[in-house]
Amino acid sequence: MFSASDLRKGLKIEIDGHPYVITEYTFTKPGKGQSIYTCRIKSMINGLTQIKQYRSNDKIDKPQLQEKQLTYSYEDAGMYVFMDENYEQISLDADTIGDAKFFLKEDIEVDVLFHNGKAIGIELPIFVERVITATEPGARGNTATNVLKPATVEGGYEVQVPIFVNEGDMIKIDTRTGEYAERVR
Amino acid sequence: MAKEPVHPGALKLRSATLQAIRAFFLSRDFIEVETPVRIPAPALESFIDAEPSGDWYLRTSPELHMKRLLVAGMPRIFQMGPCFRQGERGAFHCPEFTMLEWYRTEADYEAILADTEALIREVTRSVLGTSVIRFDDREIDVDLPWERIPVAEAFRQHAGWDPLEEFDGDRFDLDLVNKVEPALPRDRGVVLIDYPAEVAALARRSPADPRVAERWELYLGGIELANAFSELTDAVEQRRRFEECATERAAAGREVYPLDRPFLAALEKGLPPSGGIALGVDRLVMLLASVPALRNVIPFADEM
Repeated sequence: MFSASDLRKGLKIEIDGHPYVITEYTFTKPGKGQSIYTCRIKSMINGLTQIKQYRSNDKIDKPQLQEKQLTYSYEDAGMYVFMDENYEQISLDADTIGDAKFFLKEDIEVDVLFHNGKAIGIELPIFVERVITATEPGARGNTATNVLKPATVEGGYEVQVPIFVNEGDMIKIDTRTGEYAERVR
Repeated sequence: MAKEPVHPGALKLRSATLQAIRAFFLSRDFIEVETPVRIPAPALESFIDAEPSGDWYLRTSPELHMKRLLVAGMPRIFQMGPCFRQGERGAFHCPEFTMLEWYRTEADYEAILADTEALIREVTRSVLGTSVIRFDDREIDVDLPWERIPVAEAFRQHAGWDPLEEFDGDRFDLDLVNKVEPALPRDRGVVLIDYPAEVAALARRSPADPRVAERWELYLGGIELANAFSELTDAVEQRRRFEECATERAAAGREVYPLDRPFLAALEKGLPPSGGIALGVDRLVMLLASVPALRNVIPFADEM
C-alpha cells in the first residue's frame, strides 16, 4: 500500500484492480485542513486518463507489476508468440500488442509488462530498422527532407519517407511515433 | 523545476518586504520576539505534522510560545522566522518556510483584521510603489475594500451545503479546495470568516453562535495568505481540544505529540482576551514578485 504522501508524478498505482500511472500531480492544503493530492492518472491498459483526488489519510493500492525481456518468434492466427530466457513460449493477443505489431520481427527483444501475471503491454526498442519494399522512385539528387512520399517496408507497414529514399534502402523508424527517423543505407 | 535555484531580483524584493513588515510593526509599538525553533511539544493539530529533531521537533508555528509571552506581560509582539511542516511540498508549499505571526492582548480577530489590511496595503505600496499586485492573470488592488464572506454563506452558494448545519470534515476540505476557493473574487483581498468550530482548534467560539469559531483566512488573488483567530483563552477547553486532536491523530495513524503543559499552565494563569495571526511571508513575496511558485522566492527550495 502507498500512503497519500508517496504520490508523485510517474508513480504506478492500482484502483479497483486496474493499474494506472500518475502523469500530473499537484499538492494543495487548505489552512488547518487535510492535504489534498490531485492526480491525473492514465490507465496502463487502455491509456484513458482521469482526475483522482486523495486526502492525507487515504491508502492507495500498489500494482503487482513485473517486466520481462522476451524475444519475438512468430505470429500464428492473431497470436504473437514470444520466448523467455528459458525458451518457454508466451503468447500475447493483438490487443495487448497494439501498434507494436507493425515493428515486431523475428528475434527482436522487447520488454513485456505484466500486471498480476497478465501481459498488459510491450515496449519496443526506440528505433527499429526496416528495408523499403515498395515506393515511387525519388527524383535523383533531391535531398530535401521536408517533401515526403509513401513507402511500404517489410512486414507491410506504411510510412512517409523523404523523396530521396528508394526501394531496397534500409531506414530507421521511431517506434514511439511510428514515423521515419533516418536512412541507414 | 527551476533550473536556477536563486533569483536575485526576487530575493531583493524579498528583502524589501521583510524590512517593510518590520517597519510596520515597529511603528505601531510592537516588540519583535524570537522563540524556540526546536521544541518538545508542537501544537496538536489534526493535519499538521512536525519534523522530528532528535527526540524533539522543529516548530510548525511559534503560536504557543508567543501566547506565553502575552501571559508574561508583553501586550503587542511579532515574530518572523522559519517554521517546518513535514510532507508539505507544492507550488504554494515548502516544508521549510518563513512565518510572520503577531499577537495582541485586549484585541479580537476584528482588530487583527484591521492590522492586516493596514499591513498589506503599507507593505505593497512600500515594495511596489503602487497598490496593484499582478499575479498570473490577476490584478489585485489591495486598496479596494476587502470582501468579507462568512464561511457558511460561501459553502451554501458554491458547494450547496451548510457546514454549520451538519459538519463533514472530509467534504469540507475537498469542497473548499474544489468549489469555494476557485469562486472567490481575485481582484481584491477576500476574507473567509467565521469557520465551523470543528476546524479551529485554537480559536474562541463566537459568543453569538457557538457553532462558529472566531477565525478568518485571508485570500489574495485566490491564494490563501493568512489565518487569524480570537484566541482561545480557556485552559480547560484548550486541554479538551488538544486531547481530541490527539485521539484523532492516533486513530489516523499519525504521531501524537506530548501536551504542551507549560502552555496550558500559562492559560490557567490567565491569558487576557487576545487576537493573533499567522501569515505566510513567502507567499506574500511570491505575489509581490509576480512569480508562479514559492521556489522562485525561497532560495534552494528544491533542496529542502
